[in-house]
Amino acid sequence: MGAVYLIALIVAAVAFSAGGILIGKLLNKGSKNPQKGEPYECGIAPIVSPWHQFNVGYYLFALLFLIFDVELIFMYPWATVVKEMGMVALVEIVIFIFILFLGFLYAHKKGALKWM
Amino acid sequence: MFSLKSITDSIQVWLSANLGATGALIAQCVIVILLAIALFAVLGLVLVLMERKVAARMQVRLGPNRVGPWGSMQTAADTLKLIVKEGLTPDGADKFLFNLAPYIVMIVAMLLLAPIAYANNFQIWDINIGVLYVTAVSSLGVIGILMAGWASNNNYSLLGAMRSGAQIVSYELSAGLAILTIVVLTGSLQISEIVQSQADGWWIFKGHIPAIIAFIIFIIAVTAETNRAPFDLAEAESELTAGFHTEYSGMKFALFFLAEYINIFIVCAIGATLFLGGWMPLHIGNWQAFNHIMDYIPSSVWFFGKVFFLIFLIMWFRWTFPRLRVDQLLNLEWKYLLPISLFNLLLVTMIAILGWHF
Amino acid sequence: MSLVEIIFWFLSGLALISAIMVLLSKNPVHSVLWLIAVFFAISGHYILLNAQFLAIVNLIVYAGAIMVLFLFVIMLMNQNAETEPRSKSTWIKLAGAIAGGCLLIVVVAAVRDSENLIQNIGGKAYAKTAVTTHGEIGLIENLGRVLFTQYVVPFEISSVLFLSAMVGAVVIGKKD
Repeated sequence: MGAVYLIALIVAAVAFSAGGILIGKLLNKGSKNPQKGEPYECGIAPIVSPWHQFNVGYYLFALLFLIFDVELIFMYPWATVVKEMGMVALVEIVIFIFILFLGFLYAHKKGALKWM
Repeated sequence: MFSLKSITDSIQVWLSANLGATGALIAQCVIVILLAIALFAVLGLVLVLMERKVAARMQVRLGPNRVGPWGSMQTAADTLKLIVKEGLTPDGADKFLFNLAPYIVMIVAMLLLAPIAYANNFQIWDINIGVLYVTAVSSLGVIGILMAGWASNNNYSLLGAMRSGAQIVSYELSAGLAILTIVVLTGSLQISEIVQSQADGWWIFKGHIPAIIAFIIFIIAVTAETNRAPFDLAEAESELTAGFHTEYSGMKFALFFLAEYINIFIVCAIGATLFLGGWMPLHIGNWQAFNHIMDYIPSSVWFFGKVFFLIFLIMWFRWTFPRLRVDQLLNLEWKYLLPISLFNLLLVTMIAILGWHF
Repeated sequence: MSLVEIIFWFLSGLALISAIMVLLSKNPVHSVLWLIAVFFAISGHYILLNAQFLAIVNLIVYAGAIMVLFLFVIMLMNQNAETEPRSKSTWIKLAGAIAGGCLLIVVVAAVRDSENLIQNIGGKAYAKTAVTTHGEIGLIENLGRVLFTQYVVPFEISSVLFLSAMVGAVVIGKKD
């Protein structure tokens, strides 16, 4: 049961982080000062909150990434059997990649891969 | 040949003889926890010092040289300083997520230690989909980064986190395709089998030019994935202060910093395992005398030697290439690396099927 | 209770609590992060079932890619409370309650009828925990062999689906 070691590693990460932060808290109690809570800027409070609308460009890249990521997932089981299946596997994946590449070319043509 | 296998085996036998099945499992977990934390601490100290020394050497200066012999205790002193600093939380921040994010980043870095083969028969969990596991877990690191950037409620942080997110997800694709080339050649995702398949030669030598192309793409992609220069726009000092961890201070900042270096170690370890033979010693054909001498070097030395060579390479990049703009960054991935690596993968498949590799 | 069963119950509890928190969170970003916790718990279940590939796919595609997309989408939306349209009509609440109730009834009925979920230990009926640590069906080589021989046509057709998804994404994203 190797999965138990994953739990052990999570415990290790939490123990390490919590231990470090706790020791820090014990060694430095800190002092109260209203200015300490201000956002890290040039000294003047920022006029807009960052929690507002954001550039749509990131969204498009995330969508394209999602599609290619799923494609990549399909290729992992393919890669493990390609040697025993031979040329058939190659032909199958060439068709698969070719159809996806059409979409890639379309996105390229429409300028979706260009940054604003 | 000296091997860690005898040590780990005898520990296992002793534990199961004295503690019973459950007790032995718990004891092993405790050993894993202690070893992982020790590796984290040592790597953190060594890599930060190495970075500073390499940077100094490249810029013809001395680097840290006051604390300890040749400045070797410099990072220990820095860590001590970071621990006693006050950890601030901004008033406007989402307090819970702000404090949670360093834990997420650390857990992701720690989980990635599991499938790596550090030496002959020295591995925490030889999961049968090892390489895929690494890809999957490392893609979760971006959640911690986005969480940190968003929760800080700071414009610099959020901008840095968004850039970092777009960059990491983009370059994950070509890193994945580069990994796939080796999977095609070995037909297995298990780290131990991938290492075994390189007993008669590393894939970078056996796989002809496509393997070298895949190696180069892999190195570029992981440099971008770990947010290292020249792909460090996510924390570009001159425009975004420090990116997603602008608001972090004290130990929480140290955790982000540490996780970053651990991630560099991990991606280099994966690169060394896939392309440079993991812990396998260097063998040249049938030159028996040479191969025999190489076998005498312990496998852990081979592994860490290769990993630190790759880490050095990545540190070298930092002082060689200027930082990319965000449009250049995305262009490089989507217009060059992705099509090239797709084509390269088909080429490797061809070679693997026809048996042209050695 | 064996260690595996403890893990099973822990993961189930985590999945349920996180799923409820997805609904109860006021902030959409919190909802997304709770959803990631749900996916984690479910991946843990897959590992218990020895379906490691499925667990990893669940992590990569859902917890990794789709959640990053969700986070980007939520950051695209305007989250200022004043400008956000509030549709707290009682009719919508009522319709939601009825729809959710219907789903609950169906699920409860399905679970009640299946006898496979009960196991008999010493004359007493226990709920069966879905745990297998052997079983080869979830392993990646078998999956690849089946996917690329028996199901190769659906596999190729799925690429057309990806194509349409990509075209759709570009059309929506590049409206200008």
